[in-house]
Amino acid sequence: MSNKLLHALPDADPGTLDRLHARLVDAAGADLDVAYRTVDTPLGSLLVAATAAGLVRVAYPAEGHEDVLAALAARVSPRVLRAPGRLDDVARQIDDYFAGQRRVFDLVLDLQLAHGFRRDVLTQLRAIDYGATASYAAVAAATGRPAAVRAVGTACARNPLPIVIPCHRVIRSDGAIGAYLGGPQAKQALLTLEAS
Amino acid sequence: MSLPPFETVVAEHGAVVLRVCRAVLGPADAEDAWSETFLAALRAYPRLRPDSDVRAWLVTIAHRKAIDGYRTRRRSPLPVERLPHEPATADVFPERDQALQSAVAALPAKQRQVVAYRYLADLSYADVAALVGGTEAAARRSAADGIANLRRTYRKENPDE
Repeated sequence: MSNKLLHALPDADPGTLDRLHARLVDAAGADLDVAYRTVDTPLGSLLVAATAAGLVRVAYPAEGHEDVLAALAARVSPRVLRAPGRLDDVARQIDDYFAGQRRVFDLVLDLQLAHGFRRDVLTQLRAIDYGATASYAAVAAATGRPAAVRAVGTACARNPLPIVIPCHRVIRSDGAIGAYLGGPQAKQALLTLEAS
Repeated sequence: MSLPPFETVVAEHGAVVLRVCRAVLGPADAEDAWSETFLAALRAYPRLRPDSDVRAWLVTIAHRKAIDGYRTRRRSPLPVERLPHEPATADVFPERDQALQSAVAALPAKQRQVVAYRYLADLSYADVAALVGGTEAAARRSAADGIANLRRTYRKENPDE
């Protein structure tokens, strides 16, 4: 900016911009393709995102929320806005889960980020009950491809909806807890929560 | 290369677009113009080329919305109903800033637009000319005239500046 005189014009205060942002979200209606918010949990701030079809993404801080949002813009739609109100129910259910007051998520899911075998695996994971575990081999067998143990591991590592689709309940056949996209400590914390 | 989330567009350019709307339309209509601009931008966003100048694109939409708003107000002499939570102008601008705001409001429409697009939105004179019509040289002259006018009116009321 090359004119000092105009510096005296008032800047937009953050309160006004917040209010205009909220008004934009309200007015956007069906033109908003991806709504997101964060939810504070004992495992850090989770990013949750939903389309009109349902919850499409849950992401741990380790995945990098900015990167996750950029990927959603590229793969789903760039019409992405922070719209906490649209995810109130998701946030409440996650709060209840971490408080030990919810065993089953009652949410509509949008599985468009998982295709083919990975989606079959996610469907099998949803059948593993709260507090129970299954081995990677058992999940592979349940999908009808018993040799695909490694592919089950990959499907879990790329689960777009961790916690809600319980890939943390899949452990190694020797009893070791195995890898987790939120880190092994997060996996252990979830298994401990569900065992109590 | 793909488009960033629209949230990033609002975060990066929301304040500048509001300043432009306030300068061009005045504080009373600025928030409605901002809302219409970003709603139209959200709708059109997936078709924007990823290498576009996003700020120039937003200012173009705001410019068209401002023209539409001006035409609507001319057609309907009744005052447009305001949202109850919209703050009064006096709360938004301290006295000194308000003097500059009124000096901007007193400019002829074209000078006001050119000054806002060049000095608040930082558009090139070529972009400014494409928006308001006329040549780049004419846009340059309008901007210079606008600043000179502004200095005259504003300084008259604020001799210390």
